[in-house]
Amino acid sequence: MIVVDSITKSFSGNVVLDNFSSKFEPGRINLIIGRSGSGKTMTIKCMLGLHQVDCGSIYFDNRNFISLSERDRKKIRKEIGMVFQGSALFDSMTVSENVMFPLTMSSKMTKDKMIERVNFCLNRVDLKNVNDLYPSELSGGMQKRVAIARAIALNPKYLFCDEPNSGLDPATAKVIDNLLKEITYEYKITTVINTHDMNSVVDIGDRIIYIEEGRKKWEGDKKTFLETDDKELHYFKSFSKLFTK
Amino acid sequence: MYFLTAIGQYIIFLKKIFSRLEGSKILFPKILDEINDLGMSSIGFVSFISIFVGAVVTLQVAYNMENPLLPTYLIGLASRDSLILEFSPTMISLVLAGKIGSHIASSIGTMRVTEQIDALEVMGINSASFLVFPKICATIFINPFLIILSIALGLVGGWLAGNITGICPTEEYLLGIKYEFIPFNMAYAIIKTIIFAFIITTVCAFFGYNIKGGALEVGQASTKGVVYTSIFIIICNYFITHLLLN
Repeated sequence: MIVVDSITKSFSGNVVLDNFSSKFEPGRINLIIGRSGSGKTMTIKCMLGLHQVDCGSIYFDNRNFISLSERDRKKIRKEIGMVFQGSALFDSMTVSENVMFPLTMSSKMTKDKMIERVNFCLNRVDLKNVNDLYPSELSGGMQKRVAIARAIALNPKYLFCDEPNSGLDPATAKVIDNLLKEITYEYKITTVINTHDMNSVVDIGDRIIYIEEGRKKWEGDKKTFLETDDKELHYFKSFSKLFTK
Repeated sequence: MYFLTAIGQYIIFLKKIFSRLEGSKILFPKILDEINDLGMSSIGFVSFISIFVGAVVTLQVAYNMENPLLPTYLIGLASRDSLILEFSPTMISLVLAGKIGSHIASSIGTMRVTEQIDALEVMGINSASFLVFPKICATIFINPFLIILSIALGLVGGWLAGNITGICPTEEYLLGIKYEFIPFNMAYAIIKTIIFAFIITTVCAFFGYNIKGGALEVGQASTKGVVYTSIFIIICNYFITHLLLN
């Protein structure tokens, strides 16, 4: 479980994340939704330690990430998988090398075991015969799948995804959503996904957090989300045809 | 004020590069890759420039030695000393700042804007050390070889120019390049090259690593990296010369 306790982040006095608190439970898909620029990505990046928070605490299974030394943080980071908005695959490496990279850096597996694991992860995301291709030779959807394969290579306990559907057609977006859902339930991962795609909310969201201007405005499960008349949420939902029919 | 802030950030960046290094199993193959990427790919370019620079230096020395009382072998001697002391280590380092410096700044900058550096950090890898340290090792190792090659080919270029134009026959030229050779001059050239290699790699990497923005900023960082590297090389050149040759 990940517990975020009152984190605040500002740049030159401009507060981008204001006193954000929440709990993210294992085996569930936790969605952070909100408009562009509302602070979704900043929330995830602060949770991952990519940005130093001004105050507050982040606990990964009772381990306070903020107060740990860099060496101890590294142990937690080995338990984290991340899918970036633009996939962030290493351009100079092939698909195989990309997926193998975390294994090379953080595991003591033999080369054969690594190759076996790479093939397993690529099969898991339904990618075949792409091992020797470079990221630039893949479509956006395939790149996202390679990014997911790389993120699960080390069997993570926590999976973070920053807008995994952005730039994808609805069909491919659904494939990615289903994949994330299956992986989360199969491996009991604590999954945190940033999105503004309402289809994702309906399809895969177990718990939804709505943020606006860096502040948490609403939090609850999918059923409540679909039924609520909350004014803050209503404005956001009104832009989706799913909720205006 | 901006300059002082940038110097401070550069020192912090250097500290980050040399902290939490990965094991030799990871670093050694990366260093070999970088030697190939940054050094071996520059051999043709450096060779081409060196031959022509050597030829031009010889022609210019001959042009300035019209006095018949001066022996012809001095053309070879002056060309040799110009190439060893200044042209090869400084000029080729400036050329390399343009070639490999811009490559380093743009490749690291692209990794920054496409979140590849964030991906490394999430995996618990010290991205500055992982990306830049092998490049420093590679350039410090390979650049001295490039400079030695440049000196050798510069002398060949000078010999060719002297022979083709007939201003300095082979025997006189060979006598000149052997005459009162001071081995320390080679050490001086190599020390300069090593310091310049460090500057090229770290300054350009600094600008690439600290990019904020997109593709436009990658281009700007690349240009800034090359400009500041050239300025630092010129300034350091003065101080190293003052320190080692006075």
